[in-house]
Amino acid sequence: MGEKILMKGNEAIAEAAIKAGCRYFFGYPITPQNALPEYMSRRLPEVGGVFLQAESEVAASNMVYGAAGAGARVLTSSSSPGISLKMEGISYIAGAELPAVIVNMMRGGPGLGGIQPSQSDYFQATKGGGHGDYRLVVLAPSSVQEAVDLTMEAFEIADRYRNPVMIVGDGIIGQMMEPVEFKKEIDPADLPKKDWATDGAKGREKNVINSLFLDPRELEKHNLKLKAKYDKMKEKEVRYETYKMDDAELVIVAYGTTARIALSAIELAREKGIKVGLIRPISLFPFPEKIIAEAAGKVNSFLVVEMSAGQMVEDVRLAVNGKKEVYFYGRTGGMVPSPEEIVEEIVKIGGAIK
Amino acid sequence: MKLVAGYPDSLTEKPFHYCPGCTHGIIHRLVAEVIDELGIREETIGVAPVGCSVLAYEYFDVDMFEASHGRAPAVATGVKRVHPDKIVFTYQGDGDLASIGTAEIIHAANRGEKITTIFVNNAIYGMTGGQMAPTTLVGQKTTTSPFGRDTNTAGHPIKISEMLSVLDGSAYIARVSVHDPKHIRQAKKAIKKAFQVQIEGKGFALVEVLSACPTNWGMAPVEAVKWLADNMVPTYPLGEFKEVE
Amino acid sequence: MEQVKRVVFDEERCKGCELCTTVCPKNIVKMADRINSHGYHPAEVAAQEECISCGLCAMICPDVVIRVYRPE
Ligand SMILES: Cc1ncc(C[n+]2csc(CCOP(=O)(O)OP(=O)(O)O)c2C)c(N)n1
Ligand code: SF4
Ligand code: SF4
Ligand code: SF4
Repeated sequence: MGEKILMKGNEAIAEAAIKAGCRYFFGYPITPQNALPEYMSRRLPEVGGVFLQAESEVAASNMVYGAAGAGARVLTSSSSPGISLKMEGISYIAGAELPAVIVNMMRGGPGLGGIQPSQSDYFQATKGGGHGDYRLVVLAPSSVQEAVDLTMEAFEIADRYRNPVMIVGDGIIGQMMEPVEFKKEIDPADLPKKDWATDGAKGREKNVINSLFLDPRELEKHNLKLKAKYDKMKEKEVRYETYKMDDAELVIVAYGTTARIALSAIELAREKGIKVGLIRPISLFPFPEKIIAEAAGKVNSFLVVEMSAGQMVEDVRLAVNGKKEVYFYGRTGGMVPSPEEIVEEIVKIGGAIK
Repeated sequence: MKLVAGYPDSLTEKPFHYCPGCTHGIIHRLVAEVIDELGIREETIGVAPVGCSVLAYEYFDVDMFEASHGRAPAVATGVKRVHPDKIVFTYQGDGDLASIGTAEIIHAANRGEKITTIFVNNAIYGMTGGQMAPTTLVGQKTTTSPFGRDTNTAGHPIKISEMLSVLDGSAYIARVSVHDPKHIRQAKKAIKKAFQVQIEGKGFALVEVLSACPTNWGMAPVEAVKWLADNMVPTYPLGEFKEVE
Repeated sequence: MEQVKRVVFDEERCKGCELCTTVCPKNIVKMADRINSHGYHPAEVAAQEECISCGLCAMICPDVVIRVYRPE
């Protein structure tokens, strides 16, 4: 520990999970995240863990449900079409209040779409995706080191709230190589025992992992309990980063890969004398609405940049609440916006605000 | 006086919600008796399906899961991989196992997953009101095969035990029935073996239990078990299809 | 309390399905005229002395209503 090693995003996330005490992985191959399960298939046996290539993502997510209910830290990863299939398990995991971590290396959709980077699963990740009144904590790293740190944190958050946590990236984050450091290493044997888990009712009442509540009053009570949990997340788990906001007149809101590109765009724009700042949501749920609302009192306008046809922009508009103009620039289908394209947009808006 | 037939410890006191004469209840009792006799109540983790037996988690007095429709074998796989020293079983109906969950059961069996599956074949979808199942008999009328199951358009009764017994990962596969005491005794023996196979770590074990759904078959219970013996047993031959030494 | 009966029915659990009445070798399991709180006619054995404690009625009962005892 301590020293930096050069790793690909997908592999770094896998290693981070192991360092977080995760010993179980269930998944199904799909580009662009195959390096993650492949790494797990080599590494998990070394640490006494289990790697299992499931028959489908549906099965994989239900294996996660079983392993999480049995009390283990467990990871699954996929990319967009596979995440759609995992939604069944994810809804049950959320409903039964189980901790688990899911990685989505998003690719272009809808349908089979393509394999190039995308952020078009924002709605699916943050607004549900599966059925029912539930939320995932959604974390969006924009570097390999951050992917490592957030993966380790994801397991803590999942256990703390007994709720699934999703890490969203894309093929760029997954395949990019950067130096990373693993700041801690957890031995699963040192993790606190989960007294609700199913491991045989030895000398205790039986435990049941369940999301069925046939009595509507009971189900409403359960949903309100979940809602209280999500409200607490909104209070405690908001994560974001700001850049050059002090004098910004226009603020870009972007996450993940797009936020990295936005940084270059900001430098280019500032060379042209346009004062641009950045708000980078790290947690997509809970969404950093407060900092955006505050910024709305100071800056002239917002530009949301996404690799989608416009998804996060809706949350930004809600946070800005009509106080300022919110513009959108998006590329889709695996097309990645360039800093120059973003600057062009900034200039257009700049014209509007002067 | 000595008790010769009592109430198993591995069942909670909760009365079953099943319809009068529904043989799900007999099968529950047999599973609980086997768990008692093997002394594994505190080591066992069960997985309930979606179907009439969805509330099985309230009846078995062991740690339980309620799984999504058809995925009990995947859930059981997750549990067993975390607790390889515990005994894990699934309890599934024919819609659950033989239709929506076909992929999960085949691959659990093929992986030789060390779990025990109790597969309740009543030739119909009970919980949703009597629709056709993949196990519905040829010519059998259901709410979605109102003129009787036509093999031309709806295919044939699916023979799960035969299918799974050809997989190298399965260690014990048997088909039994619960329509009379003699067959109930045989059913219990098979269920016991299916748990023993898991305890011995031999591989995947499944017992298909032919079961009556008097309500959706539109019969009185006494008539239903007779119909089962006369119609289901000829379509679904009883016996042990596989037993690995 | 000393157990005197060979066959004991937990009447409140009985759903009146009649399966037990079809398997008794002594033909002594009958449906009672009374109804339990769920509205079912429960099964009963009046001729306890004829019972041979074979356990078949308990074996086929889907609702775990019946306990059977044998004199030692
Ligand atoms: C994904 C999904 N699809 C459909 C259903 C509705 N459903 C509930 S039970 C059931 C069929 C149950 O039949 P079977 O497995 O044969 O069990 P039985 O009720 O006969 O015991 C169906 C289709 C569901 N709950 N979930
Ligand atoms: S509907 Fe059929 S399977 Fe379901 S409880 Fe009633 S009799 Fe049993
Ligand atoms: S134990 Fe046997 S003889 Fe006695 S009532 Fe039951 S079936 Fe009849
Ligand atoms: S078999 Fe059981 S539930 Fe049915 S009538 Fe007899 S005692 Fe009652």
